[in-house]
Amino acid sequence: MYDGGKIIVGLIIGLGLLLSPFFYNAGKAAKAPDPELTAKAKEAKACVAPLKYMQESHFTLLDEWRHTVVRDGERYYTSSDGKRYYKSLQTTCLDCHSNYSKFCLQCHNYVDVDPYCWDCHIQPEEKK
Amino acid sequence: MGVDRREFLKIAGMAALFGLGGKAAVDIFAPGELQASMEGIPLTKGKRWAMVIDIRKCLDQQAKGKDGCKECIMACHRAHNVPDWGDPKHAIKWIWQDTFEHSFPNQHNPFIEEGLRHRPVILLCNHCFNPPCVRVCPTQATFKREEDGIVCMDMHRCIGCRFCMAACPYGSRSFNWGDPRKAPKELNPDYPTNRAYPERTKGVVEKCDFCIELISKGELPACVQACDKLKVHALTFGDLADPESNVRKLLSERYTIRRKPELGTEPNLFYIV
Repeated sequence: MYDGGKIIVGLIIGLGLLLSPFFYNAGKAAKAPDPELTAKAKEAKACVAPLKYMQESHFTLLDEWRHTVVRDGERYYTSSDGKRYYKSLQTTCLDCHSNYSKFCLQCHNYVDVDPYCWDCHIQPEEKK
Repeated sequence: MGVDRREFLKIAGMAALFGLGGKAAVDIFAPGELQASMEGIPLTKGKRWAMVIDIRKCLDQQAKGKDGCKECIMACHRAHNVPDWGDPKHAIKWIWQDTFEHSFPNQHNPFIEEGLRHRPVILLCNHCFNPPCVRVCPTQATFKREEDGIVCMDMHRCIGCRFCMAACPYGSRSFNWGDPRKAPKELNPDYPTNRAYPERTKGVVEKCDFCIELISKGELPACVQACDKLKVHALTFGDLADPESNVRKLLSERYTIRRKPELGTEPNLFYIV
């Protein structure tokens, strides 16, 4: 192999550069943010579905709500504990979770998702 | 081998020609699909929401104010966060006014009475029984609710192709050329006016939906409420399927006209002239 030494050194440097972001950020994993509950949400104790389901699949529930409301005109949702809720992101969900930046946004940023709900649905006004 | 290259190409070419022609022939002569598409939207079962507009009562109220009366329009646009763009080309129309002659071009009459000549008529989506907009929508973003006949919009599905705007013979549909949030601030100082209702985005088509969110709660549409508040009662909203309903009673007592009935869209808006 001609210039074997140079090639190997070049490869090592190249690989090092490629992996440098991993070394640079090693041990500095960003902590998953905790959604903050408003006083009203704390007081209500229960959401429309169990906590674990809401954490993992709230978007599935919202998608189902939007479909059944818009396409089928079914505007009420009965939770597993028998309570009736008006299916509305803006007037039911955000009534309790009125802290958009601390409840929705920081998690969405952490997992790098950008749901387009807010292009049309109005975010609650937050007190600074 | 009995088939040489030249022979093979000839057979393949003939087979392809026959295949293409054969498929087209089957498509044309098969009775099912083509015929079905001519029949239009299946008839609604059950309820059928409709509106009767008394033009005389409306015009009497218009005559009272200096700039006429725009209460129903304002109430609707406030309730649905419809911004004012200040430019008729960008206007979003859920409910609007046009002259009698423009509203009813088939009622052409050069000697029409003075009381109607160039006078404004309230216009909104006709919620047609046979809506052409629904037939052309490629994503089914606009659809007719089978249970009550309201022609709805699913903003989540609209791709902004504007076929529906081309299909609607009444100009009841408007396209969002810009993000409503970026509408001129000086024309919309308190926008969004209803924080309980969503806005739309740039690139979707919107229109009147007979206030489905209010009807579901047993309330009248915002425009009717606004007119009733003035005690004018020019707008009557009710169920056309019920022979005892308020709209059916009005229709049986008064002479009414509809916009462009010759098109066969069967508008559910009736005008008392």
